[in-house]
Amino acid sequence: MRLITHNMLQCHVKACPPGQSYPLQIRNAELEALDAEFNADFVRRLIPKLDWKVLRSTAFELGVAQLPEECPAEPTEDDLQMIHKVALQTRVKEAEMVCSGCGHVYPIKDGVPNMLLQDHEI
Amino acid sequence: MAQTNAAASEPTQHPTPDLSHLKHVDYRNIYEPAEDTFLFLDTLQKEREYINNLDPVICLEIGSGSGCVSVFLASLLAPYHALFLTTDINPAANRATLQTATANRIAIDALRADLLPALRSRIDALLFNPPYVPTPSAEVGSHSIVAAWAGGIDGREVIDRLLPLVSDALSERGVFYMVVVNENRPEELREVMNGFAFDMEVVMGKRAGNERLKILRLSRML
Ligand SMILES: [Zn+2]
Repeated sequence: MRLITHNMLQCHVKACPPGQSYPLQIRNAELEALDAEFNADFVRRLIPKLDWKVLRSTAFELGVAQLPEECPAEPTEDDLQMIHKVALQTRVKEAEMVCSGCGHVYPIKDGVPNMLLQDHEI
Repeated sequence: MAQTNAAASEPTQHPTPDLSHLKHVDYRNIYEPAEDTFLFLDTLQKEREYINNLDPVICLEIGSGSGCVSVFLASLLAPYHALFLTTDINPAANRATLQTATANRIAIDALRADLLPALRSRIDALLFNPPYVPTPSAEVGSHSIVAAWAGGIDGREVIDRLLPLVSDALSERGVFYMVVVNENRPEELREVMNGFAFDMEVVMGKRAGNERLKILRLSRML
């Protein structure tokens, strides 16, 4: 799972306190760098979908990159390359994603996050 | 010259994804692409223009199995890029989807999930080749290859769980493609989706053995 997908995933435990289901905290992460083709147009279309604060703090905590405080309003080619590197070329191979609202742990194994819940959590 | 014209007027078949990394033993645990899969691919090719016009940013396939359909869609839309996500309840299918993506140089994130994950953003193109085969209800809910086909009563038990989620999951312009067979009673599905203010169109149909396959396109009423 790449960081772009982490940027979109929320906890879906039924009893999770409202407003606390996002973001999921990544712990004990093993990362790998992907060799993904850069497409400036795609990154531009992706920007409105990003939660910039979350992307920034995640990238910082994982030691991937230091993104600017605010998402560049008129991104340069370098900005787009940086977003590409963080969101589309950084893959979480092994980790735990922990919900700060309800404490549910979503494990990531071999790059696949397990979003399944137990019957009592649905 | 005449030959050139004939060739130009016939739509070129977009190549089927390379699945040579998957062996017989893999198909004990995941659904092997079959007539329904290939009809889905033909449909997506036919719908290419329609999908591109939606300017999709997020595409998601439920129950991706081998990954064949999502990899096909991604390569079909290229050089146009989107974020491709897949779900499957079967971990062997998650692995196979990632392998197929890598083998075909396509970027996909595979999630182990029941139907849809909880996403902050809405989906522009949603795809589902559901377990549509009528079976006893007890066969539904497995995490193995059985989940690829066992549909319960009228083959509708998994489909009926998804339909009420579609409107919230899809973006305003979003589109949802789903494979069904006649036993699923497509006209009844139309009524259900009309109730959520969605239009339904049968965009493809084919008889394959004793299955009468249809591909449905669902989108919001204008
Ligand atoms: Zn939670």
